[in-house]
Amino acid sequence: MAVKLEIPTALRQFAGKQSTVEFNAATVGDALKQLTGTYADLRKHLYTEDGRIRSFVNIYLNDEDIRYLEKENTPTKDGDTISIVPSIAGGAKS
Amino acid sequence: MPIITGTPAVPDTRRTLSKDEILRYSRHLIMPEVGMEGQLKLANAKVLMIGAGGLGAPLGLYLAAAGVGRLGVVDFDVVDFTNLQRQVTFSTSDVGRPKIQAAKERLAGMNPSIRIDTFETRLTSSNALDLFRDYDIIIDGTDNFPTRYLVNDSCVLLGKPNVYGSIFRFEGQITVFNYPGGPCYRCLYPEPPPPGLVPSCAEGGVLGVLPGIVGALQAMETIKLILGIGEPLAGRLLLFDALGMRFRELRLRKNPSCPVCGEHRTIHELIDYEEFCGIRGEEHIPVTTGIPEITPTELKARLDRGDDIFILDVREPHEFQICHLNGYLIPLGDLPKRAGELDSSREIVAHCRSGKRSADAVQFLRQAGFRKIWNLRGGILAWSDEVDPSVPKY
Repeated sequence: MAVKLEIPTALRQFAGKQSTVEFNAATVGDALKQLTGTYADLRKHLYTEDGRIRSFVNIYLNDEDIRYLEKENTPTKDGDTISIVPSIAGGAKS
Repeated sequence: MPIITGTPAVPDTRRTLSKDEILRYSRHLIMPEVGMEGQLKLANAKVLMIGAGGLGAPLGLYLAAAGVGRLGVVDFDVVDFTNLQRQVTFSTSDVGRPKIQAAKERLAGMNPSIRIDTFETRLTSSNALDLFRDYDIIIDGTDNFPTRYLVNDSCVLLGKPNVYGSIFRFEGQITVFNYPGGPCYRCLYPEPPPPGLVPSCAEGGVLGVLPGIVGALQAMETIKLILGIGEPLAGRLLLFDALGMRFRELRLRKNPSCPVCGEHRTIHELIDYEEFCGIRGEEHIPVTTGIPEITPTELKARLDRGDDIFILDVREPHEFQICHLNGYLIPLGDLPKRAGELDSSREIVAHCRSGKRSADAVQFLRQAGFRKIWNLRGGILAWSDEVDPSVPKY
């Protein structure tokens, strides 16, 4: 299924500066694996050491949070958009 | 009843507007969606803004202009020269003054008929509930994770909506948390990122006009809540991408197992938010070096797929004699003077024996501007383990 992944500003530097990438993927998890396979730098920002999606990153299939669908097993259709939405707090330097 | 000097007499509910106010707000009054009834709702509204900075500037200006009867502002900071790039309530002559003082002057100058309460204090677990209690709507215009969780939890505990806005470089998020029946901030993000892991903290920087847009959207949502018109952003996260000039919307659901607003809540009082966010005690996740990696299995899969990958071997010539992956040999020590032999437009995987030297090579090349470069995790030893046991280990 041809799907589009929207990369948030905060992570574009790790994805070759792209704001959108396209993959053929059967599930959301498959698309994310391809994303982090292509852009290995993204992996630690999206996944913990034991391979789970980080709790401060939300993944949406179209407009629905995958937590309320089938999580990474959520199947995709042609033309779907997967959005990565990390929490942002503003421009404060830590 | 003794009259306490200095406390303005604030009537409980306003039922009339003065002639001046009717003229001032005429553009509101002639709209059926607002009218006298709506303008009186605004006059009786009590809104607390947390933060008088980038988001607080348009917020304060538009809420004061709209006639919100009581506007509270919380900020402990002082106007800095670098604020002037985006905090449009302030003038150059305000540099060095407390923000709430400068903001109050500007807002009162625009609209003397409203009451402006200023709180020159840091918002903490010990003052938040008391500060919030008197207001109907709280607006989160802050810039750090601990305060966002503090504001959220306070709003949930007190039952007040939280008009949320946040920005990062060219992107903004806006929603209304804790609208009756709606999700709260923790429903969306149960935990904050560990310090140092989210790029925003290290990068900083923002296009000045971005908080102007996001703050104005927050003002719009606040006014809609007060008037009871339109559809609030409750249960919807509005994402704004300034560079693409696109708005998108995502659905936010109330999380039934949310610790603060869920059915079996575990949080009944405010906590130590700095500790929650891992900031107290200088807790540190070890700083990741940002070396991109690929495993032998993944490399094999990509090579089998026919991907055009350049293998760079940074071991010594005598090691190459033992075993190799048909890589292009540039010993690590020679890399600085021979990097020109490499084509940075190609995807390059660097390897050594165990993955350490090649990690240095990748770091060096990334600093030299190479972007499509990965370290083979575990080196040729891992390749032997995972992919091809016929490759000798040494």
